[in-house]
Amino acid sequence: MPMFFEKKQLVTPGELLAEGDYLAGENTYMEQNKIYASRIGLVDTDNKKVNVVALRAFYVPKMGDIIIGSVVEVGFNGWTVDIKSPYTALLRASDVLSRPFKPQNDELSQVLNAGDLIVAKIASYDRAHDPQLTVGEPGLGKITRGQILHVTPTKIPRIIGRKGSMISMIKQETGCQIILGLNGVILVTGKNLEDEELAITAIKKIEEESHTSGLTDRITQLLKESKGKVEENKIE
Amino acid sequence: MNEKAEKLIDKKGIRLDGRKADELRPLKLQVGVLSHADGSAYIEHGKNKILAAAFGPREMHPKHLSLPDRMVLRCRYHMAPFSVQERKSPAPSRREVELSKVIKECLEPALFLELYPRTGVDVFVEVLQADGGTRCASITAAALAIADAGVPMRDLVVACAAGKVDDTVVLDLYDAEDKLGAADVPVAYMPSLNAVTLLQMDGILTPEEFEKAMNMAMDGCKKIYEMQKEALKTKYMVVKEAEE
Repeated sequence: MPMFFEKKQLVTPGELLAEGDYLAGENTYMEQNKIYASRIGLVDTDNKKVNVVALRAFYVPKMGDIIIGSVVEVGFNGWTVDIKSPYTALLRASDVLSRPFKPQNDELSQVLNAGDLIVAKIASYDRAHDPQLTVGEPGLGKITRGQILHVTPTKIPRIIGRKGSMISMIKQETGCQIILGLNGVILVTGKNLEDEELAITAIKKIEEESHTSGLTDRITQLLKESKGKVEENKIE
Repeated sequence: MNEKAEKLIDKKGIRLDGRKADELRPLKLQVGVLSHADGSAYIEHGKNKILAAAFGPREMHPKHLSLPDRMVLRCRYHMAPFSVQERKSPAPSRREVELSKVIKECLEPALFLELYPRTGVDVFVEVLQADGGTRCASITAAALAIADAGVPMRDLVVACAAGKVDDTVVLDLYDAEDKLGAADVPVAYMPSLNAVTLLQMDGILTPEEFEKAMNMAMDGCKKIYEMQKEALKTKYMVVKEAEE
């Protein structure tokens, strides 16, 4: 049962990763008892499972995911939402209004208009149907302030860090509230613009260098340094 | 016709452009050259200069072309008006429509079409300068662009041609050899899976010559495959080296 890679090695689609008694994990596939990579990324093993952490991918909806989307169209009984995925999502009016929806009484564009951003959860999705969203839970709904940035969806786990270490550190150092949409859209809300900018710089740095080692230390350093500068300016 | 043009290979077995029979033209591959495309690649194969851009998977437009059970791959092969000596009309010619179809069909086996039903992937191949064997170079670049876009693939598709010139089987024909030579065999290949996805033949070869040409083309493909992988990795290596 040989393995043909070192941990964290960069692989390309079609590269032979392992043979024999292994399981094909993320971004890999099995053919004739051999496991190959299907995306460019870094390989890793989890027991018998061979995974590739993709460096470039798109978002595929999954039930229960928290995502950030923008309303593209106001329909007759709901909205179509762009969720940065191959599929556009639907948000039903009855879900938002939390009461039966009557077209004659409610003007949907007054609740959510085209261009509005929302934090939502994927309520249902399968191969045959476009994903349905829900906002009927605390923390979900229309976004009123903050800044948005986009990253490759596969990098979200890296931004979260081990047991949330990376994201909680950024939150702590910048004092910003950060919502990570699993579709690669991130909302940063802080007390002032400088804090938000700092958090965004840090997240962008993580995205760009997600496949390098010692990243947490560099991010800590970056945050501490720029924070020091801001405080110096305040004293002057 | 002068005597030089009639002889495409000299007594020492050196071709008109100075190559040996089994030698490839110099290749340069680059990934991620276009910022508006989801994935992109640029190839210089001898004097060929080709750009490829990939988009998707995304919702199909027009919607009625999408399929309920699988993804649709669309390809557009196009030659720029300045890509050849005489101005080429920018309208798609019969040849370009055919090559678009050929490229599409040889890339399809590399994709997991059934994974993303109702969506479409678009690949645009723009030939900036042509010098024979553009279909092969286009396939090589298009596969890289798709991989760069993050679309899952079974393997990178790589293509290379072999043919017969002056009774000799040679690798990687350029324009003059293609036009004056006896046969041209373009082969697209997935090296890891050892699967051929495109095989065409223009001209006449004996079965022995065909087998030789086929093996030669596949060896050429393997060499280009290594460069293809290298190009894809380079895009991310640059960041890594800058940091470490």
